[in-house]
Amino acid sequence: MSESLIHARGLVKRFGELVAVDGIDLDVKQGEAFGFLGPNGAGKSSTMRMIGCVSPVSEGTLRILGQDPAENGPQIRARLGVVPQQDTLDFELTVRENVLIYGRYFGLSRRELKPRIDELLDFVQLTERAGDKVEPLSGGMKRRLTIARSLINDPDLLLLDEPTTGLDPQARHVVWDRLFRLKQRGKTFVVTTHYMDEAEQLCDRLVVMDHGAIVAEGSPWELIQRYSTREVVEVRFESERPANGVFEGAAERVEELPDRVLLYTRDGDATATAVAERGLPPHSTLVRRSTLEDVFLHLTGRTLVD
Amino acid sequence: MDSVLQPLRAYEHWLAQYRRVWRGTIGTSLVNPVLYVTALGVGLGTIVDQTQNAPGGVPYLDYVAPGLLAAAAMQTATIESSWPVMAAIKWSRVYHAMIATPLTERDAFVGHQLFVITRVFTSAAAYLAVIAAFGAVPSWFGVLVVPVAVLIGTAFSMPMAALAARVEDDRTFVTIFRFLVVPMFLFSGTFFPVSQLPLGFELAAYVTPIWHGVELCRMLTLGTVELGPALGHTAYLLAWTLVGFELARRSYRRRLLG
Repeated sequence: MSESLIHARGLVKRFGELVAVDGIDLDVKQGEAFGFLGPNGAGKSSTMRMIGCVSPVSEGTLRILGQDPAENGPQIRARLGVVPQQDTLDFELTVRENVLIYGRYFGLSRRELKPRIDELLDFVQLTERAGDKVEPLSGGMKRRLTIARSLINDPDLLLLDEPTTGLDPQARHVVWDRLFRLKQRGKTFVVTTHYMDEAEQLCDRLVVMDHGAIVAEGSPWELIQRYSTREVVEVRFESERPANGVFEGAAERVEELPDRVLLYTRDGDATATAVAERGLPPHSTLVRRSTLEDVFLHLTGRTLVD
Repeated sequence: MDSVLQPLRAYEHWLAQYRRVWRGTIGTSLVNPVLYVTALGVGLGTIVDQTQNAPGGVPYLDYVAPGLLAAAAMQTATIESSWPVMAAIKWSRVYHAMIATPLTERDAFVGHQLFVITRVFTSAAAYLAVIAAFGAVPSWFGVLVVPVAVLIGTAFSMPMAALAARVEDDRTFVTIFRFLVVPMFLFSGTFFPVSQLPLGFELAAYVTPIWHGVELCRMLTLGTVELGPALGHTAYLLAWTLVGFELARRSYRRRLLG
C-alpha cells in the first residue's frame, strides 16, 4: 500500500464567519501530479496554505507526509517546496543570493548549497543572471527563480499556488516545460490553477473546487468523459437568431449563450451537418474536442465570481 | 537547539541585505554624532557653560552627549522595526518566504530583532567613539553605554514591531514619529533636566523608557553611578522589552499564520 503524502478528511478552514474550505477529503499519493481547479475564492489557496503548514486547520484531519501540521509544522516544511501565489523574493539581493539565503533557512551549509544552486539555476535557465539583482527580472524569470528556490531542499512534495498566473504565453510554456520535467523525474506536486490548459497538461488527477467544496474529482480525461461529451460544436449566427428549441435533438446537450450556441455531442461533424440541414446557415461553425474548460464551466457555472 | 539556530538563519537574511548598504550607514553613524555634538555640545554648550548654571554641574558637552547617544539608539531601533517589518509582511513578503521553510514566525521575528540589535549596537559604539573623541566621556563606566543603548533599543523596537505587525497603513509610523518619538527626543531629559518641565509633563517623561535610558547613560559616562537608580532604570527598560517581545510574538502569529 502506498502511503498518502497528503491525507485530509473533513478539512475545514474558517475565517471568522466565512467558511473558506468546507469539509474536503483528499489523498495525494507519491509521484502524483495533483491539481486544484476552481474559480477565485473557491478555497484553493486556503487549502494550499493548510497543506503548507502556515495556516492552522479549523476542523478535520490533515496529515502531510504522515505527520500532523499542528504538531510537526517545521519538520514537515523541511520536506516541502513551496511556490507561493505572490512572489516572496528579495528584490535587493541577487538571483544567487536569493536561493542561497533560502537554502540557509533549511539549515543547509554554504558548501552543500553551492553545487545545488548551480544545478538549479541551470535547470530554470537563469545561470547567466545569477549575479544580477532580482528587481529588473521579468515576471517569468522571477517565477522560475521561485521554482528553483523551492527545490533547494530537494523536497518530497512540491506545492505550487497558481504558478503561471500573470505570465505571458511564452513564459508560461517555459514554466510548464520545467514542471513537466520535474514530473518525469517522479516529483510529487500539487498545483492550483484556474487555467484549464495548465491543469490538462500537468495534472494526472485533479479536483474541481467551488465554494469551499470539492465538486468533482478524476483525471482530466475522466472529467471530460463524465461531465462533457467527446466533441463540441460552436455555432455563431449573424444578427438573426434561430428560434428557441430548434437545436433540440441535434446534440446531447445544448447551451445557448448570447454570442454563440454550444452543442455537446459525440460526433461533431454529424451534428454540424445536421444543424446546416435544418436550414440554419450559421455565420461560422467550429468543431472541437471537449476540454476541461467545458467541464469547469458546466460544474461551476458561467456567473462571474469576484 | 533549533530555537537558537533558526533565528540566526533568519538573521542571515538581514545581514545579506545589509551587506549592500552598510558603508552608507557607517557614514551616517559617524557623521550624525559629529554634527549633533558639535552644534549642541560645543556650540550651544559654550554659551550654557558661561551662565555658570549648567545642569548637573558638569560641562554642558558632558551633560548632553550621553543623552544624544541614548536618543539615537531609540531612533535607530524604532525606525528599523517600523517600515522594514511592514515590508517583510506586505511588500517584499520576506517573512512569508521564511515561514514556508522550517523557520517559524517566531524565528522570523527574533531573527529580525537580532538584526535591529546589531544596528543599534554598531551605531551606539560609533556614537561612543565620537563623544569620547570630543572628551565627553570622563569615566570608564562609559563603555557600558553600548549595552545600555542596546537595551534602550529593544525597549522601543519590540513594542514597535508589535505595532508594525498589526497596522495596515504605514502612515501610522509617521504619526508615531511626529507625536511620540520626536517629543521624547526633545523633552525626556536629553537636553535639559525634566524637573524644568511643568509637573504633568515631568511625570509623563518619567513614564517614557527614554528618560530612564538617558539617565542611565549619563550616570555611566559621568561616572556618577548609583546602584539603586541604575538597577531601577535597567529593570524598567527590560520590562518594556519583555512586554514588547510578548506582544510582538502574538502580532506576528496573528498576522502571518492566517
